[in-house]
Order: sequence, then C-alpha cells, then structure tokens
Amino acid sequence: MSRIWVLLGERLALGVVTLIAISALIFLGVELLPGDLAQQILGQSATPETVEAFRRELGLDQPAVQRYFQWLAGALHGDFGNSLSNNRPISELLSARLGNTLFLASFAAAISIPLALTLGVLAALYRNSVFDRLCNVVALVCVSLPEFFVAYVLILFFSVRMALFPSLSNIDAAMPFGELLYRSFLPALTLVLVVVAHMMRMTRAAIINVLASPYIEMARLKGMGRLRVILFHALPNALAPIINVVALNLAYLVVGVVVVEVVFVYPGLGQLFVDAVSHRDVMVVQSVGLIFAAAYILLNLIADLLSIVSNPRILNGEG
Amino acid sequence: MANLFRLFAAAPFTARFGMIVILIVAVIGLFAPLIAPYGETAVVGAQYEPWSRQYLLGTDNLGRDMFTRLVYGTRNTVGLALLTTVIAFTIGSILGILAALLGRMTDRILSRIIDVIMAIPSLILALMLLTIVGTSIASMVFVIALIYVAPVFRLARASAQTVVVMDYVQAARLRGERLPWLILREVLPNIASTLVAEFGLRFCFVFLFIAALSFLGLGIQPPTADWGSMLRENATLISFGDVTPLLPAAAIALLTVSINFVIDWMLHRASGLKD
Amino acid sequence: MTDDIKAGSPLLSIRNLTIEGRSSEGWIKLVDGVDLDLARGEILGLIGESGAGKSTLGLAAMGFTRDGCRIAGGSIDFDGIDLVGSGETVRRDLRGKRIAYVAQSAAASFNPAHKLIVQHCEAPVVKKVMPREKAMKDAVDLYRRMRLPQPEEIGFRYPHQVSGGQLQRAMTAMAMACRPDLIIFDEPTTALDVTTQIEVLATIRDIVRQFGTAAIYISHDLAVVAQMADRITVLKSGRAVETAPTRTMLRDPKEDYTKSLWSVRSLDHARAPERPTVGPVLSVRNIDAAYGALKVLEGVSFDVHAGRTVAVVGESGSGKSTAARVISGVVRPSLGEVLFEGRRLAADYRTRSREDLRHIQMVYQMPDTALNPKQRIRDIVGRPMEFYLGLRGRERDRRIAGLLEQIELDPAKYMNRLPSELSGGQKQRIGIARALAAEPKLIICDEVTSALDQIVAAGILKLLADIQKERNLALLFITHDLSTVKAVADEVIVMQHGRIAEAGNVGDVFARPASGYTTRLLQSVPEMDPDWLTRTLTSRNAEPFS
Repeated sequence: MSRIWVLLGERLALGVVTLIAISALIFLGVELLPGDLAQQILGQSATPETVEAFRRELGLDQPAVQRYFQWLAGALHGDFGNSLSNNRPISELLSARLGNTLFLASFAAAISIPLALTLGVLAALYRNSVFDRLCNVVALVCVSLPEFFVAYVLILFFSVRMALFPSLSNIDAAMPFGELLYRSFLPALTLVLVVVAHMMRMTRAAIINVLASPYIEMARLKGMGRLRVILFHALPNALAPIINVVALNLAYLVVGVVVVEVVFVYPGLGQLFVDAVSHRDVMVVQSVGLIFAAAYILLNLIADLLSIVSNPRILNGEG
Repeated sequence: MANLFRLFAAAPFTARFGMIVILIVAVIGLFAPLIAPYGETAVVGAQYEPWSRQYLLGTDNLGRDMFTRLVYGTRNTVGLALLTTVIAFTIGSILGILAALLGRMTDRILSRIIDVIMAIPSLILALMLLTIVGTSIASMVFVIALIYVAPVFRLARASAQTVVVMDYVQAARLRGERLPWLILREVLPNIASTLVAEFGLRFCFVFLFIAALSFLGLGIQPPTADWGSMLRENATLISFGDVTPLLPAAAIALLTVSINFVIDWMLHRASGLKD
Repeated sequence: MTDDIKAGSPLLSIRNLTIEGRSSEGWIKLVDGVDLDLARGEILGLIGESGAGKSTLGLAAMGFTRDGCRIAGGSIDFDGIDLVGSGETVRRDLRGKRIAYVAQSAAASFNPAHKLIVQHCEAPVVKKVMPREKAMKDAVDLYRRMRLPQPEEIGFRYPHQVSGGQLQRAMTAMAMACRPDLIIFDEPTTALDVTTQIEVLATIRDIVRQFGTAAIYISHDLAVVAQMADRITVLKSGRAVETAPTRTMLRDPKEDYTKSLWSVRSLDHARAPERPTVGPVLSVRNIDAAYGALKVLEGVSFDVHAGRTVAVVGESGSGKSTAARVISGVVRPSLGEVLFEGRRLAADYRTRSREDLRHIQMVYQMPDTALNPKQRIRDIVGRPMEFYLGLRGRERDRRIAGLLEQIELDPAKYMNRLPSELSGGQKQRIGIARALAAEPKLIICDEVTSALDQIVAAGILKLLADIQKERNLALLFITHDLSTVKAVADEVIVMQHGRIAEAGNVGDVFARPASGYTTRLLQSVPEMDPDWLTRTLTSRNAEPFS
C-alpha cells in the first residue's frame, strides 16, 4: 500500500512543479515583450517623466525576480493586479466570469460524458456492425468541424430560422437556474458536439484493446456470458484509459470555451482573454492564462491520480 | 498510375469522397488567380450584394467578391497550414528520433521541455505567445509550429522507441554506423507510415487552429483573404438567415472531414495488414 | 483407429472437421478434414510444428473458434451433444463446466484485476455447480493437490504476485473446479524453464489421473507429450498425419514426416579435436556486471578458440544473455575485462575500433526483429561488405551472391526480396549471412534456434557447423536448450544465478556432471521415453517441490 502513496505524492509534486514552471514562463514571456511596458501603454507621446512615474506605480523599477514572487503571491490570494486598459482590479473582472465559464463547461460535461461513454461501450460491443460504422463516420465528421462552424449552424437553425433559443447568451448570476440553462443551451450543445466524438472513439478503442487480451478469451472459454465478460473482466481493466479520456476532454472543455464564448458573446473567461490579447492587456492575459493552465493541469492531475488508483496492479503492490 | 487507380477503386466510399475533395482543393489552391474572376482585395461592388451572375456568391462587408475571396482563401489558409505543419513535422520528428536513439540525458532534457509545452492548453499558449510576439503571419506560423512540435515529438519518439530496441538497429549500432545512417536508414523508414498518417491528422488540427485564430481576429490579418476571418467579417449576415458567411467555414469542415476520411481508411488498412 | 477406443461411446468424436481463417487472400484452411476420437479418461497428445492447427483444433473441441475463424465443415460430437449445430447457449454452458481449458501463458490468461481464488470460483458459482463457500474450500484442496506452496493463502493473491510455474498450476486447478470430463491443455509448459516444467508436468499428470479426466494435450515437444499422453496424433498443415498409441508411435513411426520429427531430436555433433595450442580468440576474464543494484554476473571467465564452439547454457535469469552483451560491448561490466586475440577490448562498443567491431558479429534470437523490414536482402547482406571492406558495385554483388549460395538460398531469387517475403528459417539464414559478410573471427549466436520449428532449427545448426569448419570460426552459443548444446558444442559452460556452475568438454559434463545444478538440469530435460517422468521422479525420491 505504501507504494501507491509514493506514486500519488510524486504526481502531486510534479503537478505543482509544472504549474510553477508555467507561471514563471508566463511571467518571463511578458518580461521579454519588445519595448518597455509602461512606454507601450502610455504611447510614444508620453514624456520620460510620466513614463518613469508610471513605471514606479506598476512596480517595474523593482528586479524581475522580486516582482515575479509578488505576482505569484498575489495570484495565490486572488489578487492579480490591475488591468492595463481600464485600470480596474483584475480579480473583479475574473470572479463572475470564471463562474460562468465553469458553469458552461459543467453543463456541456453533464451531457457529453454519459452520452460518449454509452455510445463508446455500445460501439465496442457491436463492433463492425452498421451501428458501429455509423458512429465512426459521424464521429469523424464531428471531430473535423471547426467549433465556430458548428456554433453558427446551430444559431442559423435554432435561433434565426426556428427562433427556439437565443443566439446571444448574455447571462448574469441573478437569473433563475432554468433561465441560465435556456440561455446557455446553444453554446453548451456546440461544445457537446465537439467533444462527444473524440471521447466516444477513445472509449471504444480502450475497450476493444482490452477485449483482445488472452484473459478475455479465457473468460469466454470458461463459458461466461457476454455481459459478464464485459462488466467483470473487461471494464476493471479498461477503467484507467477511460478515466484518462474523460479528464482530457474535461480539460479541453474548459479551454475550448474560448471560441464558443466569442461566438455567443457569452460573458466568460474566454471572451475576456481574447479581448485582452487583441488589446495587448498583458496583465489580464497573464492572469487568465494562469487560470486556464492551472485548470488544465489540475484536471490532468486528477486523471493521473484516478488511473493510478484504478490500476489493480499498483493498488495491490508487487508480490 | 494503374496501381493508384486500383487503390482508389478499392477504397470505401468515404475515402474516395475524401480523395476527390482533397484533389479539388489542391487544384483550386494552385490555380487561384486563373479561377478567381476578380483580384483578391479588389472592391468590386456595394456591401453585401446578393448572389448573382456578376457576383457568384455576392459581395462581403466591404464590397469584395465572395467567390474570389473564397478561392484565394484556399491558397492562403491551406498553404499556411501546410507550411506550418511541415515545419513542425521536420523539427518534431527529427528531435523525437534523436531522443529515442540517444536516450539518457538528451532524451530526458528534450522530453521535459516538451512536457511543459504540452501541459499548457495549446490555444491558450498560442494566444499568450501571440501577445508577446505580436500578430502577423510570420509570428503565427512560428507560434503554431512551435506548439505542434510537441505532439509530433512525442509520437516520433514513442514509435522510434519501439524500433530502436529491435535487433536490426542493435546490429547496425554494433556495426559502428553513425547517427545519420541510423536515423535515415534504420529508424525513419520503419516509422514513416505512422508519421504520414499523423501528418494528415496534425494538418487538420493546424488548419482548424489557424482558422480559429483568424476567426478570433488574431491570425491571418486583413486584407488577406482567408476562410476564418471571412466568417468573422461577415457573421452579421447570419442573423438575417443568410448562409453565405458559412461557406468558408463549410469549406474548412469539408476539407478536414475529407482528410480524416482518407486517414481513417489508411490506418484501417495498415492495421488490417498487420494481422 | 476405432479399435483403440475402449468400450462404450467415445467422449469426443470429431469427423472430417474443417476450420477456415480469414486472411488477405480470402479464407484459408487451418484445419483440413481431421478425424479424432477420445475415450473417457483418455489423454490424447496433439503434436505438430507452428501453423499445424493444434490450437485451433483444441479450441474446436470446446466448440470455440477465434474471431476471424469459422467451422467450414464436419462435425464435433461431445458426449452426444452436437457442438457445431447447437446454439451458443448450449456450448457456453458446457465450457468451464464439462470442458475446461488451460492456456499457454497463465500470466496473460489470468485477469490482472481479480484474485486467483475469485477467478477459480467463477465457473462453479456462476454455473451453479456449488455455492461459493464450498467452491472456495474446494479451491484450497485443489491448490494442495497441485502442490502449490501455502495453499490456504495463495488464492488470495493477484496473478502478478505469483510465479509463472505456480500460475500454471493454479490454472490447472481452476480448470478442475467443476470436475470437467475433458480438459484442453494448450502448450501449458512451453513458456517455463526445464526445471520448473518437470514439476508442472508431474502435478498435471497426477491430478488428471486422480480424477480420471480425459485430456487433449497440445505441444510441439514430442518428449513432453510422450510423458503425458496415452495416444498421439501428429498434425501437419491442418491435417492429421498419423495417430497411434504413444509407445507404438515412439518405437515405430510410420509416416516420413513423423520420422523426420523424431530424427531431429537425436542430432549429435562430431566434436572438434582437443584445444589447439594457439591462444584463444576471445577471453572473458573475471567479469562482474549489474543492472542497477541487481547483480547479474559474478566472476565469469572463459575462453573461445578458433574453430571451436562454446555453448553457454542456463535458465532464464542465469546471466547467459548478459554475458553475450558484455562481450559485444552493449553492457559495461563493473569489473573484469574482455580480451580479443590477447588485446583488451574497450568496454563500450562505441569506443571500439571498426576492426574490433568487424571481428565479433552477432546472430539474433528472433528472425523477425533481426532484419530491417524495409531493406532488401541485397542491402542487408551487402552493407557490412561496403562498411567494413569498402566493396561496391559488381564486386559487392558477386560476393553477396556467393554468400547466399553458401547459406543455400538462390541469389537470383532472393537478392531483391524484403524480409517479409521469407520464412522464419530463411530469415535466420540471412542473419547468418549478414554476420559472415563482415568476415569475422567470432560469431555470437544468441538463442538462434529457439524461435524456429525443430526441423528448420536442425538445418540452421548444420549450416553453422559447416561454415565453421570451412572458415575456422569461433562460435559462442547462448542457449537454454541442452539438446542444442549436444548438437553443436565442443565445450559447455553451465550458468546459474550469474555464476559459472560448471564448465568443460560437452562429453565430460554430460556424462559426469560435477555440480548438483548441472545434474538437476540434465535430469529435467524430457526424453523420448514414456517412462522418463516416472523414472526421474522416483529417482529424486519424492523430493518436496519448491
């Protein structure tokens, strides 16, 4: 049993180290920005005195290492500094939008995960049947579609032609839950269509991979029925790869919202991020980038941990 | 040639469909100036003209011919995606094979760097890098190629690792062969088919990626015609129920679907031959 | 053959059975019109080389065909039940309950996610033969009968926590769980070392006899089948060549194919004259080697002389392959040195000179992985000539053709082929040609015959012996197979746990083994005598099994 704790600890430490490395990279990237940050914000016409004063205000006169740790410490407390474009505290901009983005991602996940797993298991069970081939073709098409194409097609049909759902998902926290679901239905559906295909294909592959093992043939030679072979013999061994696929797609959902949010003008982190990039508001880019990276790493970490825990060999130690 | 044709005839419907689409796109891309009725950036009429004999697919928000821009967009979007993928592949696969062959420190250092790149979601990384280097075609190609070196490296390293443990590679090493021979003659031919299939898949990703960036206004910059930004510029029309702005997006979808169909068939064939 | 069957109807009766498998060229016959009868309590041995259809036939006796295979004709009758015509439900009900299966690799065939005893009790409980408590108690009893250590506890371990020989016994116990009428043993000891094999064979034979279970025992090893079977059927390319009671079959095989199978077992070798007086080509001096903290070689020393063959023999984990890797410079020894013609060789192959590399060549175990599948035979054999000897163009082609003739492959036919267009034995010949192309003084042969069928292997050994005589080569044979040693070697080095247990001339060591381990190893090699197992076990005086 002790080995599992060592492994879990290792992965956890690795996750933290990666996150720190990435935060340093993000910070360093901004440091490497051509030209002086203060100069750039104030424009070429600013006098050297105002630039100097502004630099002091931003803390740019301090050494980079010191500023990095200040920034990191602030980020840990939820203080990301001020936006460059409108000088408001970034944390204020973030809090509501982070919630919105997580809501949208969870909404999509709640539909797509059960759907993809069911379809994947069915496709594996009825391998090479018409159902399986149809699933495969539809999945291939879905994987190939750009998110904005799916989004606009949905808008064209569901909001312009049929007027069933709104094309703009302007939500705020004060709305009742049903209203929230209604308004964010189209963006969620877009995300579902984009991730279901990939998850389904990987689930199918994981199960088929396990079904080729000699111990599955042995189970069949012991006269076990199809259902028992799948549930008792195959599934425990296919769990780790499936967990991985799900987590990977969850991570993708959190990130994949960027484009979808822009199309539906959904007030989430993604839209803020794109705006900040086009205005070169580096402080906001830094902060949102860090949050996205942290979410992504966290989900991958959870996947790692779960697949370790679900591996019977590791769980029971070596003989 | 006869062989190619027989291969084509034996392919399933989806793969044949894919191959035809790819061929058409290639022809349009190569001969864009001959096919397009107007200049790429020429303003030829009023804003949002409807479909007509004069303007096959109408005009866009600035009065440029949609059909012309669609044709030139083929060349720009597909061409840039191809260039980016080639760069990412050349660097990624050479580094990957090298890591597998040399092992030890080389492998460890390269793999750690790649791990960090892979730990950041690619769209986020791209946007952050673009904030730093600024938005231009060159910087976009550079940033996306850099990001896609990572998955190519991983695949090339993993498949090369199954090859370098083979006795024939050991035999070549014990013979005293140098690195270029080992890479080009012993390892590369044996992972080429994997890399080719991966090239197709990665091209799709890169292509979608460029389109998405352009759609967000952070990729290919106006007035260059490209499929992603065409949708962005004319999206307003959709709320009036007009499908024209969706055509470039549909073109993107069609091409990626086609490539995926062909690759799926190729992979299926390769795995079928193995057993 | 009906007169062999005892009174009453046979338990299993197969008539004119044809099974086909899907391949790139359409359906091909894997089993082709086979008749087979098995009486209650009888053990039938099925032997044949790879691709003979043994496993396919064995599985068919359970009414089972692998994916991509189909029964194309004939009948299978198990105790009055038609296994071809009846539905899957009927067949599934028989499996595990009345017909059980023991697979070649127990390590891969036990589900890694469940404890042994849970898997053991699955069939009896699901098929309602007995309740769980009774099945568990019975499992412990069977583990005890299979002489597994700690029978009370071993069932509560997971497969990866139990050794290969023990897993194979646990799998036999599992097959016995419902007291079936018939068990199919599919090469159950092939993956095991000889000293482990003898224990597993003994326990399998005992338990089958105790319960009077009928069995089909599949193996490529004639001597093993001879210990187990009452009757033997020889299969070749899906057809039954010959069937006879074991003793008759061994004494007096009728068909040519059977005779050729028999004769390769008794290969012997005209030993080279005594050691020449000139110094050895290769000297290994006091080598120690370790993988991390694990010591794999300790104080290993031996010489190899020109024109002589030295065999290094040992079981898995004995360090014999590591010794070969130290000599070729792939593994660095922690102590000691390797001398070539009296000169010290660099420990790492990367720092050896081209001449040093040229003079020591390797032939590998697996012909499939030894040749680059993307290079033609011309390039594979030609490259060392080009690389070491600077040969190009026509001169190189002439030499390649000469070499191919020497290894008995027609140059015109094979020069431009890819390895995938050759059989396993032909590939191994190309591997030898590639080694010879460098014109070396020493060739290391690492288990070169273990992936080949016996008849093909005999051809390879003969070829190596001929070439050695012609070129006065020094050969170092790494092998686990004592009959290979007898067939090729002048001197033998027996290794155990990384040390040399015994070394000397083959004749002396085999006739008068000095170490206890060599004695045990020699005793464990099955002989072509149906009484060998009984005799060996008696002579060991019922030693307790480990």
